[in-house]
Amino acid sequence: MAFVLNVPETPDDWSQEPSPYDEDEVHHSFHQLIQEQSQWVGASGSEAGLQLTPGPAALLTVVDGDHQAGPGPEGAPAYSAATLRILASMPSRTIGRSRGAIISQYYNRTMQLRRCGRRPLLGAEGRGARPSLRSLDLELDPTAREEEEKRALLVTELQGLTGAQQDQLLRGMPLSLAEKRCLRQESRTPSGKQRGWQAQRGVWSCCSRLKYGCVLAFHNLGLGLLSGLSALTPWRYTLKRIGGQFGSSVLSYFLFLKTLLVSNALLLLPLLAFIVGVQAAFPPDPRGPAPTFTGLELLTGAGYFTHTVMYYGYYSNFTLNQPCTHPPDGAQCTPGAGDLPYNMPLAYLFTMGAIFFTTGITLVYSMSRSFGESYRVGSTLGIHAITVFCSWDYKVTQKWASRLQQDNLRTQLKELLAEWQLRQRPRSVCGRLRRAAVLLLVWFLCLATVLGCAVGVYTFSELMIQSPVATGQEVGLLVLPLVVSLANLLVPYLYRLLATLERHESPVLEVYVAVCRNLLLKAILLGILCYHWLGRRVGALKGQCWEDFVGQELYRFVVMDFIFTLLDTLFGELVWRLVSEKKSRSRRKPEFDIAGNLLQLIYGQTLTWLGVLFCPLLPAVQVLKLLLLFYVKKTSLMANCQAPRRPWLASHMSTVFLTLLCFPSFLGAAVFLCSAIWQVKPSSTCGPFQTLDTMYEAGKVWVRHLQRAGPRVSWLPWVYHYLLENTFLIFLVSALLLAVIYLNIQVVKGQRKVICLLKEQISNEGEDKMFLINKLHSVYEKKERSR
Amino acid sequence: MGNKQTVFTHEQLEAYQDCTFFTRKEIMRLFYRYQDLAPQLIPLDYTTYPNVKVPYELIGSMPELKDNPFRQRIAQVFSEDGDGHMTLDNFLDMFSVMSEMAPRDLKAYYAFKIYDFNNDDYICAWDLEQTVTRLTRGELSAQEVSLVCEKVLDEADGDHDGRLSLEDFQNMILRAPDFLSTFHIRI
Repeated sequence: MAFVLNVPETPDDWSQEPSPYDEDEVHHSFHQLIQEQSQWVGASGSEAGLQLTPGPAALLTVVDGDHQAGPGPEGAPAYSAATLRILASMPSRTIGRSRGAIISQYYNRTMQLRRCGRRPLLGAEGRGARPSLRSLDLELDPTAREEEEKRALLVTELQGLTGAQQDQLLRGMPLSLAEKRCLRQESRTPSGKQRGWQAQRGVWSCCSRLKYGCVLAFHNLGLGLLSGLSALTPWRYTLKRIGGQFGSSVLSYFLFLKTLLVSNALLLLPLLAFIVGVQAAFPPDPRGPAPTFTGLELLTGAGYFTHTVMYYGYYSNFTLNQPCTHPPDGAQCTPGAGDLPYNMPLAYLFTMGAIFFTTGITLVYSMSRSFGESYRVGSTLGIHAITVFCSWDYKVTQKWASRLQQDNLRTQLKELLAEWQLRQRPRSVCGRLRRAAVLLLVWFLCLATVLGCAVGVYTFSELMIQSPVATGQEVGLLVLPLVVSLANLLVPYLYRLLATLERHESPVLEVYVAVCRNLLLKAILLGILCYHWLGRRVGALKGQCWEDFVGQELYRFVVMDFIFTLLDTLFGELVWRLVSEKKSRSRRKPEFDIAGNLLQLIYGQTLTWLGVLFCPLLPAVQVLKLLLLFYVKKTSLMANCQAPRRPWLASHMSTVFLTLLCFPSFLGAAVFLCSAIWQVKPSSTCGPFQTLDTMYEAGKVWVRHLQRAGPRVSWLPWVYHYLLENTFLIFLVSALLLAVIYLNIQVVKGQRKVICLLKEQISNEGEDKMFLINKLHSVYEKKERSR
Repeated sequence: MGNKQTVFTHEQLEAYQDCTFFTRKEIMRLFYRYQDLAPQLIPLDYTTYPNVKVPYELIGSMPELKDNPFRQRIAQVFSEDGDGHMTLDNFLDMFSVMSEMAPRDLKAYYAFKIYDFNNDDYICAWDLEQTVTRLTRGELSAQEVSLVCEKVLDEADGDHDGRLSLEDFQNMILRAPDFLSTFHIRI
């Protein structure tokens, strides 16, 4: 059936009712309306009546440019059947919906894909899925014949791609599986493939082939690795249960924990290979009688563990496995076969540098990728639409969890409406002043608390220096970590209490403010502790092994952090639930505090990064801790908690916490490491850098050694002198980075403008369309009346 | 498991693997899940492409779907005749689209079809009302529901014709990075 502007005189085509799913016929949504209209027209005497098909009313906007949705035949605009038939075959009705249109669309896409995005010539452009007004041939014809043509063309195009590209395209097509298998079958016939190759070889361009080859090779490698890893991962079913009962928000905490676990395990590998393993194979001479193992070592890290591979002090400062020492008469000595001298200080320095560098690059890369996926230009608009369409978590599988989600969504929508209504009514000046006063007061209290904690920790640390702990009383060493962990545990509860005073409009803002305050507290406390270690302890422990002490301190902090997290889980979740069950009848379980727990993970990871230089086995401790934490948190979650009521934009929040892991956390640890390497004098009685002024000097010594070695490796000292020592390179790199950032900002600004213009254009096109429809309708009306 | 399965021919498994986002092992696992829904109905030999459909009631009682307020629409969208009774192809298709690896455009297309209750290829206000009612279990007042629908149309309707087309919907999905993680069923 071809639809042209000339309206057929008799409605013979309505005698046979088309099937609703027969896409060659008129689009079935209009079928109803056309029938209704025909009946209405018939009732007024001009046509034979047809049966009225009941069903939900199709909605069209009313004439006169008012945009009302009018349900029901009484409110429906009286478009004539002829108009409706034309409307039914508009290109926008068929794009993405009918098979033919999908195939056309994908044919066009495949073609563009293979031609490197070169724009096809205007004249040669065939009838695409959306013919523009250029092709004024208005014989729009979604018949089976054209679909077959397009399908044959699509198959030919598919044959021109490699197998992996074909698969990628096939998987992404919104067709049914049977259709895809047919397409795949047709495009894989050998003769067809040959034909495809011959025909298309001329059109291929080398660069697109290479690019897609690389991309798909990496993609397949990634998929292969992922499937291999997912077979290895022991927690797939657990994560599915957590996601099913608590949703994506709580799941994001456990995924973050898993990521940290894997990254710590990977961090451990080079440490074990290059530092710990080698030193364990060549143990140094014992410095004195080894203390006996009492259970306290597991908490304090001192005692039995002091002279083991665990700490910096154990490592030798000379080249291991050196075949012979310099004989006193200056004669040369020839190394025996199979002797591999291993320069321990150099290995220590380089391994630490390499792992920090790799970790930094990985973090920045994943942060930038996460940012790119979760932030879009203009993504803050449209919160209602996003709440309605994107917040139902399909992973949720339990009835009670589903009901909870529905309750949460109801609350969320009510809050959004209330917020909107509040914005409609601007607050009075008095109200605004009052609100500002409350905000200022709360912030002042929070900052005062932070300052108080900071001063407290500082004085306490000074006290610890003034009165050093006696050797028998090693429990005293635990007091500082205890105090800091206690502050980290209790102060956030105080913040939560204060936050109830300031009633924020948007719940997301509340989360951000809470995270900010918590982060400030932890950052300031850690900053004071770092100053205490590198600034004061080094001076206080002159003549002793201060690096060992700092390593042990960090071990103690990690262990205390774990203990207090367990206590928090116990009291914050289990006891709370028991108390609330007894006291209030509502049986409301405590919510799982995602932000607080994530920050605690980041804090623990910062401690690990701070301590890796002085305690190379600290990542192993962290791995063990994270493993135990996973099971404890999971058990507590299942037994005691419920999903948070507030909306948690999982994607944004993951990006935010990844950024927090990168910037304050990793950057702080890197600064600590750099100042330890470049500025502080290593102790002269222990460790790989005993005889040097700074740890970095080991590198300088090696470069000097290379310079003496001969002309063949002279490029290395040259690189060192002119690129690393020279600050000009750093200035250049920083300037380039700033330029790139500035350019990107300008590009984003330009994109925002383009988006605004395109939105306006869409709106105008919509108005044009309505205008044309109404004009069309008036033409037919006149025609009807004149008949 | 190895190569001892007799349910599919090697070519069939290859075809399924290439057309969905699942590996061979996952496809076999899904087949056994499908078969468990109606053991007496589903043959254990699919080499002859039997034309068997599992009725909607059994699909809707799967643990992954039974508490989802949109389960009927999901089954209708992915079934062949739009009535909710699914063949194995439909079943695999459904879980492939809802899996982690499906791209955003594909998911957006099917999400649009799911939320289009009257199948007229536009999400009109009536469709939105149905969606919001199911999302909130009918506990919002009528006035609130219509206010929410109005605001959604305000925000997402690009050409101001009072309803959302597929392009409007896809445009809105682009601005919601959470969509990929929420429109996901783990099986």
